[in-house]
Amino acid sequence: MTSEQKPEVRINDFAFKLANVNGTGSASANGLLMQAIFRMGIPVSGKNLFPSNIQGLPTWYEVRVNKLGRTARTSEYDLMVMMNAETYAADIREVRSGGYILYDSTWPLNKALEREGVHFIGVPLARMCAETFADPRERTLMKNIIYVGVLAALLHIDMDVVKGMLEEKFKKKPALMQSNQKAIWLGYDYAIKNLEHPLPFRLEKMDATKDCILIDGNTATALGAVYAGATVAGWYPITPSTSVLDAFKVFCERYRVDKETGKKKFCIIQAEDELGAVGMVIGAGWAGARAFTSTSGPGISLMSELVGLAYYAEIPAVIVDVQRVGPSTGMPTRTQQGDIMMCAYNSHGDTKHICLYPANPEECFAFSVKSFDLAERFQTPVFMLTDLDIGMNDWVVPRFKWDDNYKPDRGRVLTREEIEALPVYYRYSPADELGVAARTLPGTHPKGAFFTRGSGHNKLGGYTEVPAQYMEVVDRLAEKHRASRDHVPAPIIEKRPGSTFGVLTVGGCDLACREALALLEEQGYKGDFCRVRGFPFNEEVETFLEEHSQVIVVEQNRDAQLRALLVLETRCPKEKLQSILAYGGFPLQASQVVDGVRAKVRLNKKEG
Amino acid sequence: MSYIRKPAVRHPSLQPNKLGLTVRDYEGAMSTLCAGCGHDSITAAIIRTFYEMDIPPHRVAKLSGIGCSSKTPTYFISGAHGFNSAHGRMAAIASGANAANRDLCYIGVSGDGDSLSIGLGHLCHAIRRNLHMLYIIENNGVYGLTKGQFSASTDIGSKSKKGEVNTMPPIDPVLVAISQGASFVARGFSGDKEQLVPLLKTGLHHKGFALVDVISPCVTFNDHEGSTKSYVHTRKHALPLLESDFVPMAEEITISYPEGEARTVRLHDGSTVRFRKVAKDYDPTDRKAVLAYLEEQQLSGEIPTGLLFIDEEAVEMHEEAKTVDGPLTDVPFSDLCPGSAALEKLMSAYR
Repeated sequence: MTSEQKPEVRINDFAFKLANVNGTGSASANGLLMQAIFRMGIPVSGKNLFPSNIQGLPTWYEVRVNKLGRTARTSEYDLMVMMNAETYAADIREVRSGGYILYDSTWPLNKALEREGVHFIGVPLARMCAETFADPRERTLMKNIIYVGVLAALLHIDMDVVKGMLEEKFKKKPALMQSNQKAIWLGYDYAIKNLEHPLPFRLEKMDATKDCILIDGNTATALGAVYAGATVAGWYPITPSTSVLDAFKVFCERYRVDKETGKKKFCIIQAEDELGAVGMVIGAGWAGARAFTSTSGPGISLMSELVGLAYYAEIPAVIVDVQRVGPSTGMPTRTQQGDIMMCAYNSHGDTKHICLYPANPEECFAFSVKSFDLAERFQTPVFMLTDLDIGMNDWVVPRFKWDDNYKPDRGRVLTREEIEALPVYYRYSPADELGVAARTLPGTHPKGAFFTRGSGHNKLGGYTEVPAQYMEVVDRLAEKHRASRDHVPAPIIEKRPGSTFGVLTVGGCDLACREALALLEEQGYKGDFCRVRGFPFNEEVETFLEEHSQVIVVEQNRDAQLRALLVLETRCPKEKLQSILAYGGFPLQASQVVDGVRAKVRLNKKEG
Repeated sequence: MSYIRKPAVRHPSLQPNKLGLTVRDYEGAMSTLCAGCGHDSITAAIIRTFYEMDIPPHRVAKLSGIGCSSKTPTYFISGAHGFNSAHGRMAAIASGANAANRDLCYIGVSGDGDSLSIGLGHLCHAIRRNLHMLYIIENNGVYGLTKGQFSASTDIGSKSKKGEVNTMPPIDPVLVAISQGASFVARGFSGDKEQLVPLLKTGLHHKGFALVDVISPCVTFNDHEGSTKSYVHTRKHALPLLESDFVPMAEEITISYPEGEARTVRLHDGSTVRFRKVAKDYDPTDRKAVLAYLEEQQLSGEIPTGLLFIDEEAVEMHEEAKTVDGPLTDVPFSDLCPGSAALEKLMSAYR
């Protein structure tokens, strides 16, 4: 099947999807593809759409290449690489009209699967493998590498780059190196000899990623915790946050082991559950360490009890929530922003928390550090909310930088000498202009001892059941939370002259929203952009809301949680706020925002 | 409930300890528990223990959960840092505090509801971690603050104040702890301070998790006939296995014990605990025999007391984790943050 017209050539602007079986080694092959494109200097993103399973179920990997850096997820696939017969039917349906389908032609494709208007490319991958490799495991693994070779020919992936990557990867494993090299050239040569190449959409070297790295958000978060000086981590394994602690451990082992003694300057405790994990963080924070935990929604549900204790007793704690799809177990390997409300008001009684919302790994690194500063400055739990897409997928972001002049903000902690000089010490008095009172660390000085309690206490820290004394303390906590609004990261605001509406969003919706606004502008819809990065909302957010008569809030949950939080916590009348909600579990696409805005915004070209 | 606050003046007859502090300096706020509560006797034993061991109050971290027992840290060592946390969670919070600062002296006070129901998981895992702390369960077999419900430690056949009979098997903290691999397990009785104080002292010197289960009758809800946690029942059935005495390292040479009757176990810091066997052939270092013996006693309804099990070879949490010798809170930031040069180098790994 070939289409009638000669298709236009598109350089560095396309998307392809790889349909695999999980546990077959496809992940490393797909990572290789993405990394090669990144090293060619081209903006690229990879989205791993994987099942909650170890081996045998369908899994997909999507790659989007875009010279303008528009790398939000797209489901407009120009090419489908079908490596899983079980999902052939659905995969064929998903390719855009005029697109290409690469399949393993060792076995003929069922006639019933044929589709008009798309190009089928058969490569006998299994047969090539069987003829080349003897070991059954190798036959499975190398099939993936062969299709990388085929794609290199079809998409113009630089083979020198690929070769270099394989050499780095298998430096210490010459046998593996040999089979990988063999497989990749096998695929490449086959394509050159037998297939029409390159495809009309293809790659060309650019210079857009020179100062960038390819990193996932969880690694970045962990690195931030190391740089912030976190020494204690309590955690419980949970998808999609586990790799935060995995990475923290790797970095600590690298940077925090005393060369002479072999002793470790960190303590990671795998807890019995998330309640235990956050309990450890709170205990460590109380004792004076920078401590954190990382979890996902179900873990936050468990932690809620002790989060209230840390809030009320004013103990610093950093809690990273790599959000996944809820409610309940939900879809553990899918992404969502469903914990916005739960984190903002986590725990029973009147509680409000500082929340940070990074949008990408670069911000994960920076906000991770910031979280510790805020937790100690305000003596309170701080939530950093990322999501599965940010946390587990590789992103192209600018190289992280570190300022060696950074001093951790430990907040108000009295030294031995300061305590000595006091006539008497009270834990919760006097408070400063932020509503924060000085704390002492256990063991510092006899005069600094105090009794920490989650039960009713007065401003001196003593037990109370007296209404006025109780209220005085919780009112100060509310003030303290309000005061933190000028200390959380400010929103990112991008304005367009003549705009008629605003799009307000959060976290991982960033790229899709900005791409959508650019596309909408071409269609005559001019909108401003605001991405909130912290809660409580500061004056800049209020101003953005005031400046626009129509604000469309884009977020990835069913219940418009960010919108609800804005309604509750800003002066904005709720009628002004409309929602675009994407909550199926895959990362947001620009097309979803474009369609949503077009349905809500009245086009007035004269004004525009 | 005690209504009279003690005068702040120090009686001249009060003997100062090595730090120049008297026993009064180890007291806390006035107890608000019921008059005759076993917990108050344990508080008194704790006060005596810390006073006699010359521990600086501000180097003590006293933690608890929620419940009558968990109120008691307010009633001892007011110069210590206290943390009355959440129901059942104390072991987790203590784990984190200890991870951050291993140099403090950690004492946790919990109850049977706190430790054997809502916090059982945290307790078991603190035991597995061999967290270096003294963990006291003030065990009265009843929920006091909520007015008399059975707890997980209520024995089969024990009657509630309203006459209800418990039919579910109890969770025995001593058996749980030993089967979890605990390195120090003792049982005392709030009515026997002479036995309890040496147990607490030894527990404080033990390197690792020292669990002391103390039968502590609830005078309001569980001290009636038919209760197996009443004063009368406990006195009648308490079965001391060993008489132990804690001997600090410096004093060891000066105290003489009759040969043959005693055996000693050396603690990691050089001090020793001396046992005199009351029950025939009881060996607190033989885990297998101890478990078998205790299970047998549980079935017979006897309450074995004393230092029931000790393993000084067990590896404590920080040793296992190979953390630095001092508190992590003392490590300077410059030793924790790898700095810009390291980051720049690291970034090339993400190309």
